[in-house]
Amino acid sequence: MPRRTRLRKVVEPPRFKGYRPYGVNSKRRESIELLYEEYEAIKLADYDLMNHKEAAEIMGISRPTFARIYEAARRKIAQALVEAKNIKTVYGNAIMDKDWFVCNKCHARFNIPKTMTSDKCPACNSNDIESLNK
Amino acid sequence: MKTIITATGKGEEKLFDLRFGRAAWFCIYDDETDNMEFFENKHVDAPSGAGGKVVEEVVEWGVSRVISGDFGPKAKDLLEKFDIQMVILKDDCKTIKEIVENFKS
Repeated sequence: MPRRTRLRKVVEPPRFKGYRPYGVNSKRRESIELLYEEYEAIKLADYDLMNHKEAAEIMGISRPTFARIYEAARRKIAQALVEAKNIKTVYGNAIMDKDWFVCNKCHARFNIPKTMTSDKCPACNSNDIESLNK
Repeated sequence: MKTIITATGKGEEKLFDLRFGRAAWFCIYDDETDNMEFFENKHVDAPSGAGGKVVEEVVEWGVSRVISGDFGPKAKDLLEKFDIQMVILKDDCKTIKEIVENFKS
């Protein structure tokens, strides 16, 4: 039996549910599933400009594993660009660093520290909040 | 309870700043006294670790909630350690006043 996949730490979930190409004429468009940890790998390496070793430590995985996830992410994005496919973000093997919530009314994202007990959105006081850690 | 909102300038009519560690100003709003105070960010031009230094000040001010556009990985870890609530807004065309009115109501 193979070793269990270790959960990858993700500091913050992506801010979108997906991307869609425009100016493309096709009725049925397929989508590519980009995992949260792949999004995080791209973000750490190419946006925060960390080297793979630092990034791997943040995500709680080994450097070679990070490199594999990063490569998978790049290939998926390239495939989506070339084949004009949608990108959909899915949960994958990620574990959120902390409990994050999103408000469905004002789209603010926030965490609730253990010292607080409120279940309202801190930005607009709406009760319509949803956990991002499914 | 005190809340910090990152601001682009001094005054409640100024716009909200999406950055945390390198925000230009901080607005501290106290909902018990309905009072607003503004502080300039001393770490705007810090070469590195601005987020962490700002968190230290936030802790000294006794704030329990921070509203900003984004938090770096280090700032996030620290804020979580001190049990400070982070609120991320993406809308940068709002003034400080509008944000405060929004969560007061």
